[in-house]
Amino acid sequence: MTEMSYDKPLPAMEGLSKEFYDWCRQGELRFQRCKCCGTFRHVPREICAQCTSFDWEWVRSSGKGTIFTWTVVARALHPAFGDAAPYAPVVVEMEEGVRVLTQMVDCPPEELKIGMPVQVNFKAVTADVTLPYFRRA
Amino acid sequence: MLKDKACIVGIGDTPVCRKPGSGLSEMGIQLKAAVAALADAGLKASQIDGIMPFPNLGKAEAFAANLGCTNLRFAATLNMGGAAPTASIRAAAMAVATGVADYVMVPAGWNGFSGARVRETSVNDPDAIPGARIARDYYMPFGLTAPPQWYALMARRHMHEYGTTHEQLGAVALAMRKHAQLNPTALMHGKPLTMADYLASPMIADPYRLLDCCVETDGAAAFIVTSVERARDLKQKPIYIMGAAAGQPYPADEITNRPEFHRTGLTNAAPEAFRMAGITPVDADFAQIYDCFTFEVIQQLEEAGFCKRGEGGAFVENGGIELGGRLPVNTHGGLLSHAHTLGIGHVVEAVRQLRGEAGERQVKGAEIGVVTGWGDFGDGSIAILRR
Repeated sequence: MTEMSYDKPLPAMEGLSKEFYDWCRQGELRFQRCKCCGTFRHVPREICAQCTSFDWEWVRSSGKGTIFTWTVVARALHPAFGDAAPYAPVVVEMEEGVRVLTQMVDCPPEELKIGMPVQVNFKAVTADVTLPYFRRA
Repeated sequence: MLKDKACIVGIGDTPVCRKPGSGLSEMGIQLKAAVAALADAGLKASQIDGIMPFPNLGKAEAFAANLGCTNLRFAATLNMGGAAPTASIRAAAMAVATGVADYVMVPAGWNGFSGARVRETSVNDPDAIPGARIARDYYMPFGLTAPPQWYALMARRHMHEYGTTHEQLGAVALAMRKHAQLNPTALMHGKPLTMADYLASPMIADPYRLLDCCVETDGAAAFIVTSVERARDLKQKPIYIMGAAAGQPYPADEITNRPEFHRTGLTNAAPEAFRMAGITPVDADFAQIYDCFTFEVIQQLEEAGFCKRGEGGAFVENGGIELGGRLPVNTHGGLLSHAHTLGIGHVVEAVRQLRGEAGERQVKGAEIGVVTGWGDFGDGSIAILRR
C-alpha cells in the first residue's frame, strides 16, 4: 500500500543503497555475502572486511531474526515523525548474523522484548521505496 | 614518548546560556573564549601558530585571520564530534613536542540553544558526521534520527545484559546536578534535583528521560597547549599532559553491527593513555567524563577501566561519583547540568581543578585528573593530566 503524501525521510536511492532497497521493492530482503569467505555484511559495503575480497553477491535472507535492542521514541526529534510518536526503532539480529535497524508493524512498544522472534514485513511507502519493517514471527 | 612533553598553559571560557541566546556569532563566541585563554596564558595572539577547530564550527584560517595569527603553520580538525577537544590535546601535544608548532589553540563553542540544534544538524546534513550517509539510508527512514535515540539502543541492551537500572541512570543525573549547585556558572545552579523529580521527568527515547539528556547551550571555551620548555616562562602553573589517546569503535560509521556492542573508541584509547601516563585508573583524583546522556557516563567509566564492563551501574550509585565519593565525576556539573559546550568544558574544568581554582567544588589535593570525550557514534578520547 502506498501513501501518496509520504513525508518521512527516505534513503538516497543511489549506489549500493539503491540495490538493497530495489530488492526490498521486489519483496526480497537480501544481504551482501562475500564470494570468497562467505561472510554476510550489512550495511552494504564495497569490499569484505573479513578478507578484503571485492567479489560478493546479494543473497536472499530467511527474513527471520530476533530483537537485539530497541528504544521507544516518546518525543519525536524530527518534524516528520511528530505524529508517529510513540514509536519504536528496533535492532533485529538476523539468522545470517547481520543486524538491521527497523520498526515493528504489529507490536506495541510496551510488549517489546529483547530476544523476541521476528520476521520481515515489507511496507511500500512510496512508488519507489519499500522499507523492511518487521512483525512478530 | 609523549608523556610530560607538553602542557596546557591557558584556558578561557564564556558565560553559558539558553534564552535569549549569546547574541554572538558562533565564530564570535569562540573568539571570546580564545582571547580569554590568551590572557590567561599571558600570550599574544601572534604567538599562536597552531589552531585546531571543532568539526563544522569554523576553519583555522578564519580563527587566524580574526586573531591576528600571522604565522599559522599547523591547522587540523579531528572529525570526532564531542570527542574532538580532548582528542586535540594529544594532537596538539604531538605538534608542540615535535616542533611543528610552538603554541596550539584549541577552541570549541556554538549557539547550541539559540542557533541550529544538534537534533536537526547531526544527520540532516549527509556530511555532518562520518556516519551521516548511513544514518540517512538505514536509520532515518525508521525514525532513528537523533543522538538520544542512537545511544538509547546501547543503554537498553546494557540494561538487558547487566541489569543496569533507571535509578542508576538517575544517580548520574543527580551527581551532575549536585555538583552544579557548587558552580555559580552552571545553567542548573540553584535548581537542585531529587530522584523523584528525575523519575517523573518525561520520556524522550526510552530509557532516556528528559533529565538523562544534556542541556543544549550557547557557550564556548578554548585552551592552549605548548611544550614543557616554553611553559616554564608563562604566567600560569603548567598542567602536564601525562597521557593522551583517541580511538574509534568498529565500525565507527555504523552503530548496530558492532561485534562487541558496548565497545567504543575509548575501549582502545584508555589503556594506551594510562600506559603512557604510567598510572592506573585508581590513581585519578577526579574524572571529567563526557556526559551527553547519563548512560554514556556509566559506559565510559567501564570502557576506560574505572570498573569492569557491567559494573558501571553499581559504580555510580550511593554517591560513588559525587564529590567526596571514590571518583568525583564532572565537578562543574558536566553537559547534563553545567552546559553542553562540546566537551571542551570538561578540559577547562580539569585544568581549574589541577590549578586548585575550583572554589567550593575543589577536589582537595587533586594531583591527577582524567578527561574523556565522546562523539558521533562512539568515537572516544582521553587525556590524563597532572599539576
